Formats: sequence, C-alpha cells, structure tokens
Amino acid sequence: MNDRPYIIVGLVVFVAFVTTPVWHGLATQNARFATLEIKLPAQEKQCVAPVNYMRASHMRLLEQWRDDVVRGQGRQYVAYDGKTYDKSLTRTCLGCHQSHQEFCDRCHAYNGVAALNCWECHNDASSTTRKPS
Amino acid sequence: MKITRKHFLQMSGLSLIAVVAKKLVGGSANTSASESATKKTRWGIAIDLQRCRQKEGCNRCIRACHLAHNVPEFSDRGHEIKWIWKQPFEDVFPFAQTTYTREVFATAPVLLMCNHCDDPPCQDVCPVGATWRRDDGVVMMDWHRCIGCRYCMAACPYGSRSFNWQDPRPAISAVNPDFPTRTKGVVEKCNFCEERLAKRLSPLCVEACEEKALVFGDLEQPDSEIRRTLRSRFALQRKPELGTRPSIYYLT
Repeated sequence: MNDRPYIIVGLVVFVAFVTTPVWHGLATQNARFATLEIKLPAQEKQCVAPVNYMRASHMRLLEQWRDDVVRGQGRQYVAYDGKTYDKSLTRTCLGCHQSHQEFCDRCHAYNGVAALNCWECHNDASSTTRKPS
Repeated sequence: MKITRKHFLQMSGLSLIAVVAKKLVGGSANTSASESATKKTRWGIAIDLQRCRQKEGCNRCIRACHLAHNVPEFSDRGHEIKWIWKQPFEDVFPFAQTTYTREVFATAPVLLMCNHCDDPPCQDVCPVGATWRRDDGVVMMDWHRCIGCRYCMAACPYGSRSFNWQDPRPAISAVNPDFPTRTKGVVEKCNFCEERLAKRLSPLCVEACEEKALVFGDLEQPDSEIRRTLRSRFALQRKPELGTRPSIYYLT
C-alpha cells in the first residue's frame, strides 16, 4: 500500500498524456480549419438537379449523360423541374460554373477525393483561349 | 389433395399449350411493332474524284474537319492523326491504275477517311467495346472507354485510325470548345460528324467542298441523291474483296 502516491501520480501523468490532443485543441482554438471556398454561379440559382442530389451523386448523373450522348444519342436532359438542358459538360455545367479549377477541383481537393480527369479532353474557357504553339 | 399421375400429365400438357400460345401471340405482336418502328438508315458519302481534283491543292474539307474536331497537326509523320487525308491514287486503288492514271492523278491525291464499314473489323477486335457500328451505319468510338491497345489499328484495312502517342493539345492551333480533344494513349478516327448528324446537318467535309465533290445521303433510301448518283455513275469502293462493305464510294 506504500506505492499509492506513485500509482496516483503515474495515473495523472498517463491521463494527461492520453488527452494531449484535447488540450492541444483547446489551446489552439483560434486556429480554425480552412473553410471550403468554392465559387457558386452568380446568375443561376438552380442546378439541373436538387443540390443534395448533385452533392452526393453528380458523378452518376455525369456518367449517365456521357453514356446517353456517346452511346444512346440522347442529347437533351429534362430536369426534375421540367426544364430542358443540353447534356454538355462544357456548355451546360461550365456554362454556369465557369471554371473547373475553382469549382470541381477545389471541392475535390478539399475533400481529398480523386476523380477522373475530365479536363484532359473536355474543354473549359481557359483551354479555348490557348494561343497557337 | 393428392395429385395423381393422370392429373400431373394433364396439367403439364395444359401449361405447355399455354406457354406456346403466349409465345405465338406475343411474338407476332412484337415483330409487327418493330418492323414499323425501325426505318433503316445507312449514311454514306460518294466522292467524285473528277470534281475533287478540279482545284489543285485544295484542302478545304480537311481544314474544316480538323478545325471542328480538334485534330492536332504534328510535324512528325509518326505522330500524325488522320481523320480525313489524301494519298496517291495508285496506293488507294492499285488494281485500277493504268499507264495513264498516274498522269491524271499525279497532282491529285485521293481523299480518304474512315469507311464506316457495314461489317467493321475494328469493332470485332476491340476488347473493351469502345467501337461499335450504330444503327445508322456510323462506326462510333467511345474515347472514355478506349484503353489504347491499338488492336483496331491493326484490324482496320484502310489505315483510318490513329494513335495519340503524346498529348495532342499543344499541337492544336485553336481549340473548338464544343468538341473534346483527345488525350495521350487513345485511338481516334473520323466520326462521320455524328454530332452534326444529330442536328440533321450533313458532315462538314461535304459542306466545306465548293466543287460539290462529296455527295452525302442515306444509302437505304432508293431515291436519295447518293443512290441516284451511284445508279448513274461507276463507283469504286476501297478493298471490296475484304467484305467490309464500306459506306464511302469513289466516283471515277
């Protein structure tokens, strides 16, 4: 029973060590995480599908569009609100979102999600203004 | 209830009759519906060689196509991307050359493009289904799907397919934003302007030709312009002996 002080001190040290991240977090509370800053279209408020669907499943929609255009020859998309859109990455998607660097890439980088590189082949505004080399 | 042997045989017989009857009724209904629904189309082009050589060195069709489809221009011929191009007559139609054809075609190479075969060998060899023949006769490619194995290039008897050995973008002078470029490691070829066919427009090469040397139309329609032309003029196909049945005809 003579070891009681040692055991208590040891426990305190152990608990303090294990909870270091909590203390560290509390100490540096002012250093906030970087917030995702993506540019949303200024002139258009409504996407081709509800925002929640687009956030979670835009890749499924894009794959569907790709297969429809290349293999099914279906080039028109009737949205849930009855509006008709061209199934075009460059014209329809970037028509509102403008720059893939500031929209697609930024969000993908923030969330650490790898994706197919659409822009190796598909064009956006910056690639079309390329000067002859 | 106990099923007797007699009962069992009766029921099996009745179900067999029912199944066969349903097949017969349903089958006949289906065939009549599909016959009326599918109007066959097969797009084709007839190239008038006489008109094509009227203006020496004219490349309007090639330029129009390459500009619209973002076809790169490499100075190294090993990297050349071909959608529509020209080759000497004796290379294209070796069986049709005479002592004097060389004289006629010396400065007038023959215009070539993907033949959009009825039975395309490139489709048969593609291991990933990136090439297929559409119902309207266009031999289509899915560049998303292509893995760059180049089997199709080996299979195509007309040399209509090209491989992107390097990134084509730096070799495109002005990118047309409405058409994707391709990327390194992908095979490409003429797509018969399928993006224009979808808008009921004729292919760009046909439209760009001032001499009206290219006649475009539906080969399945007996009264179409191309069929009337093919009825009235003698026409050649490239390597007809292979049985690929090209959709591109040459009026001599």
